[in-house]
Amino acid sequence: MRGAPYSLCARRALSALCVSAVALPLTACGGGDGGAEDGVVRSSWGDPPNPLEPANINDVQGGKVLDMIFRGLKRYDPRTGEAKNALADRIDSSDQRNYTITLKKDWRFANGEKVTAASFVNAWNYGARIDHEQRNAYFFEYIEGYDKVHPASGGAPTAKTLSGLRVKDERTFTVRLTQKFSTWPKTLGYNAYAPLPRAFFEDHAAWLRKPVGNGPYQVRSYTKGSVMKLRAWGGYRGPDKARNKGVDLRVYTDNNTAYTDLQAGNLDLVDDVPAQQLNFVRSDLGDRYINQPAGIIQTLTFPMYDRAWSGPDKAKVRRGISMAINRAQITERIFHGTRTPATDWTSPVLRRQGGYQPGLCGDACRYDPARARKLIKAGGGLPGGRMTITYNADSGSHKDWVDAVCNSVNTVLRSDRACVGTPVGTFADYRNKMAGKEMTGPFRAGWQMDYPLIQNFLQPLYYTGASSNDGHFSDTGFDRMVNQANAASADGRAIADFRDAEKVLAQQMPAIPLWYQNGSAGYSQRLSEVALNQFSVPVYARIRVG
Amino acid sequence: MGRYALRRLLQMIPVFLGSTFLIFFMVYALGDPVAALFGDKAPDPATAARIRKDLYLDEPLWRQYTHYMGQVFSGHFGTAFNGQPVTELMASAFPVTLRLTVVAVVFEMALGITLGVLSGLRRGRGLDTSVLLLTLVVVAVPTFVSGTVLQYLFGVTWGWARPSVSPEAPLAELLLPGVVLGLVSLAYTTRLTRTSIVENARADYVRTAVAKGLPRHRIVTRHLLRNSLIPVVTFIGTDIGALMGGAIVTERIFNIHGVGYQLYQGILRQNSPTVVGFVTILVIVFLLANLLVDLLYAVLDPRIRYA
Amino acid sequence: MPEPFETRYDMTEAIAPAGSGGGPMDLTTPGPQTLKGGPRRGLGRLPLPWRKEPGRRSGGPAAPTGRGLWSDAWHDLRRNPVFIASGLTIFFLVVIAIWPQLIANGNPYHGDLARAQDGPAPGHPFGYDLQGRDVYTRTVYGARASITVGICATLGAALLGSALGGLAGYFGGWWDALLSRIADVFFGIPILLGGLVFLSVVTSGSVWPVVGFIVLLGWPQISRIARGSVVTVKEHDYVQAARALGAGSGRTLLRHIAPNAVAPVIVVATIALGTYISLEATLSFLGVGLKPPTVSWGIDISSAATQLRNAPHMLLWPAGALSVTVLAFIMLGDAVRDALDPRLR
Repeated sequence: MRGAPYSLCARRALSALCVSAVALPLTACGGGDGGAEDGVVRSSWGDPPNPLEPANINDVQGGKVLDMIFRGLKRYDPRTGEAKNALADRIDSSDQRNYTITLKKDWRFANGEKVTAASFVNAWNYGARIDHEQRNAYFFEYIEGYDKVHPASGGAPTAKTLSGLRVKDERTFTVRLTQKFSTWPKTLGYNAYAPLPRAFFEDHAAWLRKPVGNGPYQVRSYTKGSVMKLRAWGGYRGPDKARNKGVDLRVYTDNNTAYTDLQAGNLDLVDDVPAQQLNFVRSDLGDRYINQPAGIIQTLTFPMYDRAWSGPDKAKVRRGISMAINRAQITERIFHGTRTPATDWTSPVLRRQGGYQPGLCGDACRYDPARARKLIKAGGGLPGGRMTITYNADSGSHKDWVDAVCNSVNTVLRSDRACVGTPVGTFADYRNKMAGKEMTGPFRAGWQMDYPLIQNFLQPLYYTGASSNDGHFSDTGFDRMVNQANAASADGRAIADFRDAEKVLAQQMPAIPLWYQNGSAGYSQRLSEVALNQFSVPVYARIRVG
Repeated sequence: MGRYALRRLLQMIPVFLGSTFLIFFMVYALGDPVAALFGDKAPDPATAARIRKDLYLDEPLWRQYTHYMGQVFSGHFGTAFNGQPVTELMASAFPVTLRLTVVAVVFEMALGITLGVLSGLRRGRGLDTSVLLLTLVVVAVPTFVSGTVLQYLFGVTWGWARPSVSPEAPLAELLLPGVVLGLVSLAYTTRLTRTSIVENARADYVRTAVAKGLPRHRIVTRHLLRNSLIPVVTFIGTDIGALMGGAIVTERIFNIHGVGYQLYQGILRQNSPTVVGFVTILVIVFLLANLLVDLLYAVLDPRIRYA
Repeated sequence: MPEPFETRYDMTEAIAPAGSGGGPMDLTTPGPQTLKGGPRRGLGRLPLPWRKEPGRRSGGPAAPTGRGLWSDAWHDLRRNPVFIASGLTIFFLVVIAIWPQLIANGNPYHGDLARAQDGPAPGHPFGYDLQGRDVYTRTVYGARASITVGICATLGAALLGSALGGLAGYFGGWWDALLSRIADVFFGIPILLGGLVFLSVVTSGSVWPVVGFIVLLGWPQISRIARGSVVTVKEHDYVQAARALGAGSGRTLLRHIAPNAVAPVIVVATIALGTYISLEATLSFLGVGLKPPTVSWGIDISSAATQLRNAPHMLLWPAGALSVTVLAFIMLGDAVRDALDPRLR
């Protein structure tokens, strides 16, 4: 039948198709260059879900960019996590409530504008005001006057600016907080506190198309949803000038594709190595692979608003479940060592002097099937004889570890269906179920720190009525210790108090600590001196190319 | 025929209204999207309330819909949650996906019809069996697997093509993704062609042609194939829309920022302007594709006429 | 009607000889050879161009065997080895779906993470999956959900689709406009969105909501195929003849058009069976399909897909089982189609 394909082409209507069909194998051999520009890092990126404004970015991918194009008052040392002065020359306070901030001289934005006290005050006022709908507005809630510019009702603000902020001169401004907050200056390394140039307010749309900041890089071009090209900025005043010519951030929808591109030489840096490639990462990349702790902890949080889980003896059940989870095996077999079994509620990146205390959880975080069975039985068993672990199905591969956790619990309880994973279709739905107190069993919770402070791992999550206390845990002892810690004038004192608060969690177990998440990255032979910071973001300015 | 086409084009109006409302309603039924904008943290209630108000999410469904349609008729399709206008998303996504779909359709037509004719004429022989096996493999192996394996072979092992598609997505880079996308449909077109050929090979007009002593390739293409194409063409008509809107997996694997990806994002983030905008265009594509198919019927089989 | 009159005129001479000889191989043998049989036989049996609609079907006097179309087809099928083989395979699959413990005595839910992704071991011929569960046991137990979803969803979509598509194609006009445009709107509903809306409200663990949903999204395609097929067939001479002889719409559709228009529907439906089984996995993966801990091939295939590099055996067995099922149905479909086509007798 050799005639058939030929005569297919003879039909006039189809001839165009045939021409392109013949062309298929010829043109398929193009490509392969990947467009490596001299001295420029090609790095994987994810499309930030929110507009790229400092107070509007709450995800790692957006944070990546902000860390390159902005410097705030403080910056967390990428290695130690210590909050060091960046633009701040001095931050003084005599009462842990009124702060005077003095800026360093001669800092400029990439468009030539000077960075002044007003750059900060205007930026913070913008971020706090409800009309701008900034996702991180609540970071300014400790500053006096926040309730006026951001009424809790969501209605019209009665003031345009925060009354607690005052510009004293070009390089000095004062901040008055609503309460004592000894570690407040250390929170100022967070992106939301970045200064903004006048250009941001004068032509907002243009700024969003091509953001201008004061960091070591400036944006050369930004094509939303596909690529952002950043180039080293010569006028940068900080100590961490870019050691490469620039960074191209390319949007990938799947980290597997990014990894394949890295293997093919089309990409230099992948900062999230997919789990299923981890077995091969050494043979694929040799020692061009990083796996180091990041400030992320995964927990199973209990719905403490549900009597079935919070009743008198149920702490035993919660501790028993924790003991029924074989963390070591799951982190090894499912996560291939990119998670570390958790033994407290913070993160190793805080280091011991910052409040991390391995083993604080004690026996309750140790796998012990016999005691787990006994404890669960003593607490009256699982409510109704079964439990579900709720998770959102749309992001990450939560299913694998949830199934593994359930398997572990089921093996301990010698049952097939005592524990079952329950996926929820979208993250929004998942959040809404949480907000509506609809959870009927433990649910997945991941906490990525905003700043490397023990306070950030405890207060927002377990303080009565706190913003991310999704399990609605409430314990007067815990609250008291947190208040005491916040009022303490010395760092050491505050950390000791926070640890005491954490011990309440160990007893009550409102959330089971599962594991600390690591940041992982792989890179090409073009790069050297690649490292991740505590937020699992590559420290781009340090990377050398070639 | 002209009047028929005109009537069909007019039918687009109610379908447009119906589908926009249906999709709008479905996204509405998913619930409140605002909570997800705040990441793993609980949203600040005041900010969330303000965002809801600005997006008209605090209004009843019908007011939301009329407001949205009002916008649409004045040319605004709304914005995605990252502040990008939906029209901008569509302008970047549709051309890419269109090219991808063209590659897939050309692939499944050219190869599918060829294989189908060959296996139909040689029923039960080696080629026929191989085609059947190919069908089974294509159906049983998920696109994700075939896609990543081909991507790895072509992109890494042999280095013949880029594993991922660049943002401009030129046609040459879309060849491999297009083939991957067209694989499952290839199984359909091949088997449909084969069955049609088998049926029609014994039809009277073919025998007539044989009896007349016409050359074989002429019989096959002029008589046999032409009359066998109707089911295939119908299938491809239904497939075009599915390929355009449902290429989520393929687009993911090859990092193509096309319609499937935008739609997927829009649905997961529950952004009704994005979803409704994209689906509306897709429905129009279906309508046009199906109209074209119906007109082709008359070309392929002169007995079919449209009043 | 712009009939290819000339061709039809020729037919009376040409078709006759090939009437019962040659088969579909006509074209693979030199043309003139087919004429060898001589006109006698052909003329005697099938003298008219519309003999595709044999007299016995329209109840005419010419039915030599006295059987109806369907019993005729059944008669053919029983002797067709392909039909018997595929039928036995399907029977086996159904039995396994109902009583998986017949051939697997393990526990499909129990996993030992220490053995995660290990290869075959004694007593565990197919190895272990990511959770350390036995792949063989899971493949056997997965048959129930997958076969149920596959068969029921395919049947549902095929019946609904061909009914609506057939009506649209046969009556045309407003019927066609209405039914086809409804189908167009359904085409537009993205699976993800539809799944999230229709299935996330369902909390029961049964397969029926999933089946219903797949039927809901699957029927438009089959409806288009059926419509196209009916549009073609209804212009054929034997249909015109039947109508001219006074056959009613219902009778014409069921007895004359359906058997001749069903082939493409069978083809699409048998392949769709496989894709529906996979679709179930997609839905489950999105968190709206079958509820855990239900075992199904689709779920196992989709979780194996990402692990291809680590443990190909996780994919091989459930995908193999799916292939065998699809193969059985494709062969069955082929045999049924052949049996319904009088020209192959």
